[in-house]
Amino acid sequence: MNMSAAIQLDPMLPAPYVVRQVTKETPDTFTLTLESSQGNDGSRFEPGQFSMLWVFGVGELPISISGDPAEHGRLTYTVRSVGQATHALVSREVGCGIGVRGPFGRGWPIEQARGRDVIVVAGGIGLAPLRPVIYHVLRNRKQYGRLVILYGARSPGELLYRRELAAWARQPDTQVLTSVDYGGLRWHGHVGVVTTLFKYARLQPSRSVAMICGPEIMMRFVTRELENNGLQRQDIYLSMERNMKCGIGFCGHCQYGPHFICKDGPVFPFNVIRPLMDKYEL
Amino acid sequence: METLERIIVQHPFFAGLDSSHLALLTGCASNRRFRAGEYILKEGFEANEFYVIRSGRVALEIFEPHRPPIVVETLSDGDILGWSWLLPPYIWRFHAHAVIETRAIALDGKCLREKCEQNHDLGYELLKRFARIVAQRLEATRLQLADVYAVK
Amino acid sequence: MPQQSERRSMVLPAHQLEKLIEVLQHKGYDLIGPTVRDGAIVYDHLESAAELPAGWTEEQQPGHYRLKRRSDDALFGYVLGPQSWKKFVHPAELRLWSAERNDGVFRILNNESRPHRPYAFLGVRACELAAIAVQDRILLQDKYRDAVYSARREGVFIIAVQCTQAAATCFCASLGTGPRVLDGFDLVLTELDASGNHRFVATAGSDRGADVLARLAGNAADSEDLRQVEATVDAAGHQQSRAININAAKELLDQNFENPRWDEITKRCLTCGNCTMVCPTCFCTTFEDISDVTGSHAERWRRWDSCFTLSFSYIHGGSVRASGKARYRQWITHKLASWIDQFGAPGCVGCGRCITWCPVGIDITDEIRAIREAANHGNS
Repeated sequence: MNMSAAIQLDPMLPAPYVVRQVTKETPDTFTLTLESSQGNDGSRFEPGQFSMLWVFGVGELPISISGDPAEHGRLTYTVRSVGQATHALVSREVGCGIGVRGPFGRGWPIEQARGRDVIVVAGGIGLAPLRPVIYHVLRNRKQYGRLVILYGARSPGELLYRRELAAWARQPDTQVLTSVDYGGLRWHGHVGVVTTLFKYARLQPSRSVAMICGPEIMMRFVTRELENNGLQRQDIYLSMERNMKCGIGFCGHCQYGPHFICKDGPVFPFNVIRPLMDKYEL
Repeated sequence: METLERIIVQHPFFAGLDSSHLALLTGCASNRRFRAGEYILKEGFEANEFYVIRSGRVALEIFEPHRPPIVVETLSDGDILGWSWLLPPYIWRFHAHAVIETRAIALDGKCLREKCEQNHDLGYELLKRFARIVAQRLEATRLQLADVYAVK
Repeated sequence: MPQQSERRSMVLPAHQLEKLIEVLQHKGYDLIGPTVRDGAIVYDHLESAAELPAGWTEEQQPGHYRLKRRSDDALFGYVLGPQSWKKFVHPAELRLWSAERNDGVFRILNNESRPHRPYAFLGVRACELAAIAVQDRILLQDKYRDAVYSARREGVFIIAVQCTQAAATCFCASLGTGPRVLDGFDLVLTELDASGNHRFVATAGSDRGADVLARLAGNAADSEDLRQVEATVDAAGHQQSRAININAAKELLDQNFENPRWDEITKRCLTCGNCTMVCPTCFCTTFEDISDVTGSHAERWRRWDSCFTLSFSYIHGGSVRASGKARYRQWITHKLASWIDQFGAPGCVGCGRCITWCPVGIDITDEIRAIREAANHGNS
């Protein structure tokens, strides 16, 4: 059987992709755009899904897809360099090969959110897995109500997609608010954790679906804020993260209570995981 | 153009106060406008007012002589600025400066302090509301301290 | 479930085991069976019946395993060794694929190591059949199919053996996973009267099992043979002193994430992971990516992993389950409770290996009792 067909059948075999573009977002964060080198169109994905990216001889990492789901033929990832493997990944140059397995996982509830307001709350690199939702909502504007984007990062230099944020803010019926924990000299925007942005957001809680991604502490505080604002737990969705090796439910590493984050998630409705979040060292 | 009274009566912070208390507050209120870059209050100075921000953005800062001030939080439309007027020693703990042109309603804290001493009902109502503000700020500050975005 | 009595059962004289092995080898199977090595009964490739552990049995207690001589020459007079059949179908270590790189472009070579011949497993206990079914459910019948397991599992010829005795650490009867063999086999054997009329009552469980049986010399089993089979297997069930009530255990664990007993266990548990290595249903793995010094050749290897390691739950600079307490709790809760949420049945088959092979003798059946006691004590 030829390799292309074998790869499609066996989710443990990486498909060869080539780096087409590398963009520096912040001093330690890069966006890579990949294209299949075998003519596969394995690029169809749902917002919120992730791929296992393999760097030759170094290792494999689960990375959320951060590109436009309507744009076929390419896969885009935003990666923060925090260790040996991520450093190897962001150091790939145009023309280099990267192995891709996936897409895997359960994505954001873009179907359930139809006809309703969409509240996107992101912290740090958490905006990357949410960007496909924003693209999708803006591309299908009439199918959704208001779009509210609340985005917090550590400092101005760590904000992702600054130009796009400004462009999104100009879209009809769209509110974009950003805040940083530490402002620095030249920042004239909001300073404070992302939860402080809620009081400036124009929300209609009873007709909203909220999607949150960021460090777990941040997500916990944001869910509290959303509930205080009247959202129901089943209308709040989080993207969870745990150690992942296979991405397909066989290695056992990503278990969170009874859930496999790789196949039951990474996106979960808050009412499902709320009872788990209290359990220390679960 | 909205009257001071209308703004105060409709502001969520003062919701639930009875009309006599509201009238008292209105009596202590005045309109203010700050240019971009203007300091509204400074650390160490007497705290005799608090502000309801109508529009604009205010940065709370810690000042260090040898480097630029550190902005610890910003406040914007609808936020309440200043609680040091309510508790002894009535001294501001931070700088606050208008980042952009900011309109606010100033309330005479010195006058209100006396009124609260005479009228404990009013005092209790104001303390409740300010306690909530302080709690919210504390929670937000603790989250900032947790430095959740840092690479460990 | 059809008992041996309802299918056509044959009686084989003990020496026919050699013939059985020959028939399987002739059919091209790689025969795996029990044999004595390094002071234990292990599973390995067998060439002849002479390698079977004739006359051997073992003594098992928490943290204790010793081989003992029997007074007869029973071939399957032992119960369970430290290994399980997952050693062959879900190997401890294997290469998944390799890759070559030229000028920044790489090719994946789909050259996962595959066995050359299908396996025949000789001597599979009822609990082990249950364990195989548990792993089938996870690795073949879930959202994805594990290619390694699929290739090795397909076509495995299973000769099951009914237990004629139980070890002190067995508790399959309480879980309904033994000692009676009900299905999932090609042939099932029950060994009778090893010191006298040494024979096997054999029943086919599939067409190919019947085909093999037809090539052996024996007579039809009579009612006395069948009665002895039932009596022996019954006795093996009644011998068991340990038990777990799985429904009660699940409920208990679901509600006792906080329980004083966890702090007590943590004083004893070494987090060595022995239990996960000997457990026939533990399936967790990890991957290792290696390359040579030229950087032009890379391989991905898969090996068994254990939830008892710190690296198992490592993210963002730390382990989620940093304490031994959290890791023991994870293992027992997954095995007896979350597994049911995930796969519809418990992960435990009552084989007792984790009890025997724990260096400090932690007993999963006793821990359930103790957790319940601590919970009740807190409520009274």
